[in-house]
Amino acid sequence: MTTAFRTAKGGRIDRSQSIGFRFDGQNYWGNAGDTLASALLANGVHFVGRSFKYHRPRGIMTAGSEEPNALVQFGLGDRTEPNARATVVELHEGLVAASQNAWPTLGSDVGVVNSWASRLIPAGFYYKTFMWPRFGWKFYERAIRHAAGLGRAPEGKDPDHYDKMHAHCDVLVVGGGPAGLSAARAAAMTGARVIVMDEGPEFGGSLLSETAEIAGRPAMDWVAGVVDELAERSNVRLLTRTSAVGYYDHNFLVAVERVTDHLAAPPEHLPRQRLWKVRAKQVVLAQGAIERPLVFADNDRPGIMMAGAARSYLNRYGVKVGNRVVVATNNDSAYAAAADLHDAGVAVTIVDIRDEPTGGDLPLAAFGKGIDVLSGHAVIGSDGGRRVEAAYVAQISPSAKRIAGSIQRFECDAILMSGGWNPSVHLFSQSGGKLAYDRERTIFIPGETRQQARSTGAAAGDFSLVDALTDGLAAGLEAAADAGHRKRGGRPQAPAVAPVITVPLEPLWSVPGRDPRGRTNKHFVDFQNDVTAADVALAAREGYLSVEHLKRYTTTGMGTDQGKSSNVNALALMAAASGRDIPEVGTTTFRPPFVPVSFGALAGRNVDHLADPVRKTPMHRWHETAGAVFEDVGQWKRPFYYPQRGEGKQAAVNREVRAVRNSLGILDASTLGKIDIRGPDARKLLNWVYTNAWNKLEAGRCRYGLMCHEDGMVFDDGVTACLDENHFLMHTTTGNAASVLGWIEEWLQTEWPNLKVWCTSVTEQFATVTICGPNARRLLGELCGDIDLSSEAFPFMSVREGHVAGLRARVFRVSFTGELSYEINVSADCGLALWNACMMAGEKFGITPFGTEAMHVLRAEKGYIIVGQDTDGTVTPIDLGMGWAVSATKDFLGKRSLARAATAAPGRKELVGLMTETPTDVLPEGAQIVEKALESAPMPMLGHVTSSYYSPNLGHSIALALVRDGRNRIGETLEVPLPERTCRVRLTDPVFFDKEGARLDG
Amino acid sequence: MVETVLRQSPLSTCHPEVGALAEIGEAGAALRERPYRTKVNLRGDAADKAFLKAVAGATGIELPLEPNRTAVIERQFGPVATLWLGPNEWLFTGAPDQAAALVEALDGALIGRHAAVNDLSGSRTTIELSGPRHLDLLAKGCALDLDLAAFPVGACAQTHIARALVILHRTAEDRVEIHVARSFAEYLWLWLLDAGAEYGVVTLAGAP
Repeated sequence: MTTAFRTAKGGRIDRSQSIGFRFDGQNYWGNAGDTLASALLANGVHFVGRSFKYHRPRGIMTAGSEEPNALVQFGLGDRTEPNARATVVELHEGLVAASQNAWPTLGSDVGVVNSWASRLIPAGFYYKTFMWPRFGWKFYERAIRHAAGLGRAPEGKDPDHYDKMHAHCDVLVVGGGPAGLSAARAAAMTGARVIVMDEGPEFGGSLLSETAEIAGRPAMDWVAGVVDELAERSNVRLLTRTSAVGYYDHNFLVAVERVTDHLAAPPEHLPRQRLWKVRAKQVVLAQGAIERPLVFADNDRPGIMMAGAARSYLNRYGVKVGNRVVVATNNDSAYAAAADLHDAGVAVTIVDIRDEPTGGDLPLAAFGKGIDVLSGHAVIGSDGGRRVEAAYVAQISPSAKRIAGSIQRFECDAILMSGGWNPSVHLFSQSGGKLAYDRERTIFIPGETRQQARSTGAAAGDFSLVDALTDGLAAGLEAAADAGHRKRGGRPQAPAVAPVITVPLEPLWSVPGRDPRGRTNKHFVDFQNDVTAADVALAAREGYLSVEHLKRYTTTGMGTDQGKSSNVNALALMAAASGRDIPEVGTTTFRPPFVPVSFGALAGRNVDHLADPVRKTPMHRWHETAGAVFEDVGQWKRPFYYPQRGEGKQAAVNREVRAVRNSLGILDASTLGKIDIRGPDARKLLNWVYTNAWNKLEAGRCRYGLMCHEDGMVFDDGVTACLDENHFLMHTTTGNAASVLGWIEEWLQTEWPNLKVWCTSVTEQFATVTICGPNARRLLGELCGDIDLSSEAFPFMSVREGHVAGLRARVFRVSFTGELSYEINVSADCGLALWNACMMAGEKFGITPFGTEAMHVLRAEKGYIIVGQDTDGTVTPIDLGMGWAVSATKDFLGKRSLARAATAAPGRKELVGLMTETPTDVLPEGAQIVEKALESAPMPMLGHVTSSYYSPNLGHSIALALVRDGRNRIGETLEVPLPERTCRVRLTDPVFFDKEGARLDG
Repeated sequence: MVETVLRQSPLSTCHPEVGALAEIGEAGAALRERPYRTKVNLRGDAADKAFLKAVAGATGIELPLEPNRTAVIERQFGPVATLWLGPNEWLFTGAPDQAAALVEALDGALIGRHAAVNDLSGSRTTIELSGPRHLDLLAKGCALDLDLAAFPVGACAQTHIARALVILHRTAEDRVEIHVARSFAEYLWLWLLDAGAEYGVVTLAGAP
């Protein structure tokens, strides 16, 4: 397929491979190796979008990731991606893309009224206009978002999968152009581990668009040779299509690799994108430079683009951006583009701001080709609609920056502009490096570095190919040496390149126009955000002088391109408007990411069933088979209840609760935290971390304890058993297993290194089966022959070792239900075996598995607290009515806080029981408690419900609550205002059932 | 020993069906569980020469004192690897069912000394990851530098793979052992399968 603007030969596209694609509903042809932008340009399409605010027609402006204009909606359905830069979207068969920010169509966009009304909506207009009335913003915002939006996010679930990869190296080279490849090659020769990454689909950087020769051969031959050499080395990793997006402390960089975005049919096993997390000993930054636009009137029409981009489209993609072009420049580099286009048969006129652009080799070559050059002239405006039609050119006075002569109209179909080149210092700046301003060349270059990094080539402001190759080589060797790798033998040499003499550019930050106030014609500075030179001047007039204020007020430098092309122009204009020097104005902070990053890449494979670990107990499959409904407790899955056929939650829980009270229940308690504590100072440790005393606990006995943080607030509780004089087993709550161990280790390592104690987590070593109910002893008796189970020999709160169901076991006689209860610990591998044995032997007792909800009901009937449910980090042991568990005679963590005025004051919120007036009324947990419900909030709150259940044993709902001065109010009736009703509740003791504890012995 | 008959490893239901045993062949990586392997944790003072001597006397093992290194000795039932986990913590790993004897020997030798010996064989299982791409697979979830030069054979580390805390032990140039808490084992196994799909990861029948 031939396309109108494709050259007859040349470029790096595959002319044998035509590719069909669709843009805005129209079919086009391109070639393999094209980007969406180059393929559109080959078809003569420049007009691809509407601008953000004024909805002006916009075209393709660059050939790289800095593109501000050509943002398209890429792909279909749930794979659609907004704000894709057409300049980096690689063409593949069947690619579908559409323009953005135009409605109903790109050609007839109603939003264009904003352009006619532009005098009414200058920078900051919505700060001024939409401030009143205050509630109006939610209406205004919807309209503004619709009018000024970018692309549209997909609505369904992301069908792709993503990957993350950690990598380590001695030398990371960012950028695979001449400087980067030189650096990578030199570093690799030393044996250093090297990673070199480039955002493009192939290495070469600027050389992909270059006609210069290296060592007497086409530059890309040299690139191919270096890449082949690097690819063969085992110490080198080459990454293409990989954009370094963030440079963080400790030489940690993040990059995004687009693995399959360029493929028409991505293989299922490959991720769409891969997020690289690179830790490098040394970093070489070789990202090249980004060309600066010229700020002249109407410099934004489709067909107006960067000169370097036009050269890329010609030399790399075989595309002429027009047939008749005007090149507007203030420096030598645009002459190379002009010369190449001239050679391709394009009619070229160069308009150079400089009076005598004759010193450099590139202008000389252009003169030699007979290209028209207007020196001391500027393009001061343009004409056209959806495509530029003419350039207005005038002589300008060099000093006064005024139009000095008559205005000529040059018919053209493209205007190429070059305002010089900015080193790509984004990552360097992110790394904390300081920028230095080079007055001579009006650029910011990397100054003092704060990390193990060096910049080289155009990224360091050294724009010539000779410099890139030699400096890159030196940077690579130095980086490798600093990482501990030195080249043996002779120093490698950079390949020979013909030097090019250049003369300095002449800055002209705003080209004078016919309308000096820029009202009828806009001088665009930031193309993506529609910020004009007049907006910058307005910001200066209104006092937004700081560059950070300028950014927020005008939005210059925001958006998907983050002002890559516009920033220096904007701050130079601010400097001029406020009578300051450019470095005095400074730059805004460069923040990651360098280019937009998809959320999918950041999430990686931490989605769906891998979003968070699912922890399962050894008996999990049994619970599943039994049809248990599971509850998430931290990362654990615990059986919530076991519904039988046709049974709802409440019925199941009632049945389970009754079974425990009447006969026998069985619970999987394996998730409880367990810490093995050993050493001569183990008791001292327990005395410190628990509020009660541990000196007298004998071997074989257990004790319940509360733990407080330094603030005196309860943070964990549990039973600790004394296994031997110096050997204890501590139980923690399920959720706090890791944090209690961490808490104890922190104290041992920082404050009490003198204590001789070793702590080892044994949570997962044991599976715990709890059997409880009046028949618990009879069941255990059937399974266990070597422990005397009599109440005298094995009393409540003690521990014995023996065998249960033939398995080595440790049996704790403790109770969280108020029933006779045994917790049996066996090796976790045997947990299921023990469970099965209990179920079989327990059949005659109607053994009933119960879940966490029944457990909660049972413990609430007894007024036993759950830390984290009945406490919230503001509750002391005294508040809980558990002063009996607080030693008055010894010191412990949190003790001093308990004596603080606020902690010891009367009238604190205290744990009480609640009984509703209506027995079946179950209060919602979290409900507020008040003296007397008022018509509407606010009303003074006395406390809240912490636990609430229906108790089938009492035939009544029960609740626990924290209520101000609660214990003194027991017997009073208070109110719980609920959305539909108000519920009256009587305050009671928190123990509802078996107050005397008669059932503990079965 | 009722235990050896009735026990069930956390990944026993994840093993491939017998008869559908995958071969490594073209696969870039392979996973298998090594269930029930002995794991005994020791805590003690590395600066206490008498402690080190007592351990060596009882077991023949010189405790590794260099961080993140392993000492391996051969026994009739196979090698016993001692992993340095911290300045005062080690993990002995070896063939199944050796824990009781090892605990007894250590406890006997350390009577009267400040030390803690715990059989943790049931608390973790071991996943062996092997194959030419096994390091790439690990790099997807582990932030450590696991290059052979930085993490040679015999190196060990406590680290994360994805969101699971693990102990890594490189046992050969082409394989690592991953000791993971049993409640996390299934999550990690599924994660490794997901991350390894790109390399055609296969699962092999569990073998101690």
